[in-house]
Amino acid sequence: MRYIDEYWDKSAVTELVKAIHRESKNPVRLMEVCGGHTMAIRKSGIPALLPPTIRLLSGPGCPVCVTGKSFIDKAIKLSEKDDIILTTYGDLLRVPGSDSTLEKERAKSADVRMIYSPLDALEIAKHNPLKKVVFLGIGFETTSPASAVTILQAKNEKINNFYLLSAHKIMPPAMAALIVEGVKINGYICPGHVSTITGSGIYNDIVEKLRLGCVITGFEPVDLLQGILMLVIQYETGEPRNEIQYKRAVKPQGNLKALKILNEVFELKDDWWRGLGVVPNSGLKLKKEFEEFDAEKYFDLNLPEPEEAIGCICGEILKGKKLPTDCKLFGEICTPDNPVGACMVSAEGSCQAYYKYRL
Amino acid sequence: MNSGTILLSHGSGGKRSNELIKGLFLRYFGNEILNAGGDSALLVMNSENLAFTTDSYVVDPLFFPGGDIGKLAICGTVNDLAVSGATPEFFSAGFIIEEGLDFQILEKIVKSMADTAIQANIKIVAGDTKVVNRGKCDKIFINTSGIGKLKPHHRKISSGEGIQPGDKILINGFIADHGIAVMSARNDFKVLAKVESDCAPLNDLVNGVLQVSENIKFMRDATRGGLATVLAEITTNKNFGIEITEEQIPVRESVRGMCEFFGFDPLYVANEGKIVFIVAEKDASQILLNLQKNEYGKNAAIIGTVVSEHPGMVVLQTKIGGKRIVDMLSGDQLPRIC
Repeated sequence: MRYIDEYWDKSAVTELVKAIHRESKNPVRLMEVCGGHTMAIRKSGIPALLPPTIRLLSGPGCPVCVTGKSFIDKAIKLSEKDDIILTTYGDLLRVPGSDSTLEKERAKSADVRMIYSPLDALEIAKHNPLKKVVFLGIGFETTSPASAVTILQAKNEKINNFYLLSAHKIMPPAMAALIVEGVKINGYICPGHVSTITGSGIYNDIVEKLRLGCVITGFEPVDLLQGILMLVIQYETGEPRNEIQYKRAVKPQGNLKALKILNEVFELKDDWWRGLGVVPNSGLKLKKEFEEFDAEKYFDLNLPEPEEAIGCICGEILKGKKLPTDCKLFGEICTPDNPVGACMVSAEGSCQAYYKYRL
Repeated sequence: MNSGTILLSHGSGGKRSNELIKGLFLRYFGNEILNAGGDSALLVMNSENLAFTTDSYVVDPLFFPGGDIGKLAICGTVNDLAVSGATPEFFSAGFIIEEGLDFQILEKIVKSMADTAIQANIKIVAGDTKVVNRGKCDKIFINTSGIGKLKPHHRKISSGEGIQPGDKILINGFIADHGIAVMSARNDFKVLAKVESDCAPLNDLVNGVLQVSENIKFMRDATRGGLATVLAEITTNKNFGIEITEEQIPVRESVRGMCEFFGFDPLYVANEGKIVFIVAEKDASQILLNLQKNEYGKNAAIIGTVVSEHPGMVVLQTKIGGKRIVDMLSGDQLPRIC
């Protein structure tokens, strides 16, 4: 498969592994921010190939994992109404809210539909004019442009039964917050797909003000190893830089068209992150002119603040302070079948990655 | 059982299905024949060795590239008998039909069953039909049961009790075709992929293998839960482990692409025409050649070895030389967000 096989090439992998072993002299802690990276690293078995000087940490880059329980509680409350069709990406179905999951509510008769694009949710709204269709918008800049396009289309077509419940977030404020909180990291393996949209400029502050290396990295083994090598060299030479390894997908200026649509539809708000609490200007909400599509505004979604599960250390794991295997619930009480914390639910979650591909 | 309602994932063929079987059905129905847990029940009647099995088929859409619910209903049961070492012979077919189903659709399904029955050389000798109110079932559900003769020395195959370190693991071709074909065919799925289901009756293929080797230790069709789940099941609580090599596992490029796209692991995607064989090392290459001669085994490959290390665990050697564990499907695979 083109653009995949080249990046699984064994001789390239061997060369990179050799170079990493040669260059890495001092202990270094690198954080992969993106859940896709966590999964790819575990699935390809990369940790076993690295020297003991390198420690990989998983960061807050799995959208399901960092989203608060209150989002699921709100979704469940919506799903209880007879005239609502709830539409969602598959990952969210099994995420535990305070008392239930969307999967369980669906079994009880709630109309919860898994979709692959918010435009499908809009189609459902068009075909069900007597129902209210709510899309659960979640994810970083990889998914928020699709939500934005859908809102624009809904506005253009004057659709009045479609709503967005937004848990969309942006990445850099959380990456900076981690460092300010004192989490010990020496470099960031920056998210490849987020950066495809945003470009590389969003990491400038982290490099310049916080003096931390940033390398935007792809998702195949050769990408990841090359990204790691670039960060190791930056660290060993004491020169943090903002670099792009994933050049075949990421341009420094990003995807200008997608950014324009994002800015047209959304504005920043302070948002809550599991593990980090409220991070200023880190979430996306619909601008005033699109308020009619805002589920938070249209429906009464005031619910008591949920409590996190006792014993669950998802928050600490998302900050890279602890490993999934440090959690007492891991693998015994908390499994992908019966997840306690969000990091076990999502296919991009650190706990599921460690559980599925442990060794 | 720790949840109050039945969820879709209780039927996914993974861990939750396993819990349901062990925690409920075996608790009430358990007996020495059922407890053996093979693909078919092994019976002795009038000193004749028989294998008996049943399966129900629900699939949406009813027709998909490479097959339909009728073909599936025959192949699935044929294959369950075949992997038990038996020769499938007599089948029953039960239909639960939703009021309003187009007669032509029903006929098309029944014809497909008849054609597949001829191909697999079995006879449908008993049947039942129920029609339920609209909305009480989804178009049509089919149950088939089948019975077949079993040679006494093949009785050991379904339990895999002869497996030992050094044995080789084979599969008769590309994995994950069925799951991807059905997913692509679903109405709400606007992706164009030219993947056909591998749905096929494999009794002829199995028969060929049983004729060339007396050292077939185990066979199982890797349906729901995929190749990974079969390997994990056979290894659980055993004093041997399994090592498989990613590079040797046949996955079609288009299927790999679709899996990449949705964040699926092809090892966990359903098949309807793939069997995992565990065979003595000395016969492995001869069995491979024999498989490759059959139309349903052209892309067969040796994918791994039974080992004495890491007992109870399946370890995959990744393409780049890394290693990771392969576990049973835990929950359905859900398409990822990004």
